[in-house]
Amino acid sequence: MLKRALKRLWPGIFGFSGLLMLLVGSTLALSWAPPERHMGDVSRIFSIHVPVAQNALLVLLFAFCFAIASLWTGRRRWDAATTAAVEVGVVLTLLLLPTGMLWARPTWGVWWTWDVRLTTSLIGLILFATVLALRSFVEDEGRRATWTAVTTIVAFVDVPLIYFCVRWWRSLHQVQSSPETVDAMMVLPYRINAFGVLFLAIYLIALRSRLEMRRLAGEEVAPPPRLASSTAL
Amino acid sequence: MTLRTAGGILAQVLALAAKDLRLEWRNRSRIVAVVLFGVLVLLLFSLAVGPDSRALVEASGGFLVIALLLSTTLGLQESFRLEHADGALEGLRLLPASGAAIFYAKAISVALTLLLLGPVLAPVAMILYIGEVALGGLAQLIGLWLLAALGLAAPGVLYAGMTSRLRSQDVLLPLLLYPLEVPVLLSLVKAFGLVLRGDPMEQMGSWVTILLVFVGVYWLLCGILFEYVLEEGT
Repeated sequence: MLKRALKRLWPGIFGFSGLLMLLVGSTLALSWAPPERHMGDVSRIFSIHVPVAQNALLVLLFAFCFAIASLWTGRRRWDAATTAAVEVGVVLTLLLLPTGMLWARPTWGVWWTWDVRLTTSLIGLILFATVLALRSFVEDEGRRATWTAVTTIVAFVDVPLIYFCVRWWRSLHQVQSSPETVDAMMVLPYRINAFGVLFLAIYLIALRSRLEMRRLAGEEVAPPPRLASSTAL
Repeated sequence: MTLRTAGGILAQVLALAAKDLRLEWRNRSRIVAVVLFGVLVLLLFSLAVGPDSRALVEASGGFLVIALLLSTTLGLQESFRLEHADGALEGLRLLPASGAAIFYAKAISVALTLLLLGPVLAPVAMILYIGEVALGGLAQLIGLWLLAALGLAAPGVLYAGMTSRLRSQDVLLPLLLYPLEVPVLLSLVKAFGLVLRGDPMEQMGSWVTILLVFVGVYWLLCGILFEYVLEEGT
């Protein structure tokens, strides 16, 4: 009984915790954390931009693992999980770009520049968005699952590139910071938000995955006979 | 994998690639159409920019790569249309040939066909954009063109194999292929520019490395994944 209730409720618990953590983390980042010495209050956006960016890459890593499981087992649940993770990954990537632009305008002087980190992130967004576009064109369930998994694996090659590009090439975007070099009062709101976004992402993946499973199950049910048209004929 | 099975797969790849190339040769008019399309794209770019010779020289590498990319899409679509015409691919699946062998054969034949575009498109681009055929750095240009052909062929064959049976192939193939090819496109544009305008900072090595890594990763990955694509019926 308790096990069944937990199975039904766990996504909601993650979702609620995620929202709560985001609320606490963002409040701390805006009111409690000190402003950065050179950038001032603009730097406060890091406490949402960095968690969103890190979780976007993490969720796309989940999508990659689910895609391998989908190809390996051919089970519907992995296909649903892949689709859900790709969708959430796309949403997070869509969020990381404008939050980065809001920071770039006052510090770099431009909304957008063809820097290697920005370019690879944009390519990643388009690559995973095309995975979702492909799904809408394929009617056969087995074929759709395989092709979703294949395109997700192919697109994932861009993800390590997004993470490591700032170390491999000269980039305007700074390399990953270490918590040791950042004030503890700045690190805490960032950490709370990072877990908040992760929990929220897990909630959305679970919810979207369940919805996709129901949709796929619905596809199996034959449509009712169209009596009106058959009598007309 | 034993040496014998590796040799067997190699023999399958060579036999299938020879079959594909023979088919391409018998349908020469299709290759001619793809080449003409590439030339037309180059011409359209020069007309769109106008008589500003400096702008044309600056963007010449980019225009050449875009022409190659668009021609590749056309070539891939046509190539797979032929495979489905009389159920040829289904016939191939009945043979004891692995999916990887079919993939590598197709990728080799597509890459060789794309290589043929080079001797036509590169001189045309030079004449239209620079005003002369510069033979300096010819070996580098050939090497870059080879990497371009290899970089376009592997993901192109995987995605063309997937989308060739869909009604919306004309939309889906570019949609899937173009964003994936951005690293190839960027590296080639930079590298072509360095060949044409000189490389005082010795940057060529880094762009060639990106192309080599891209080719290595996608030839391996797409070869593995093509088996799954075939299983679901291309």
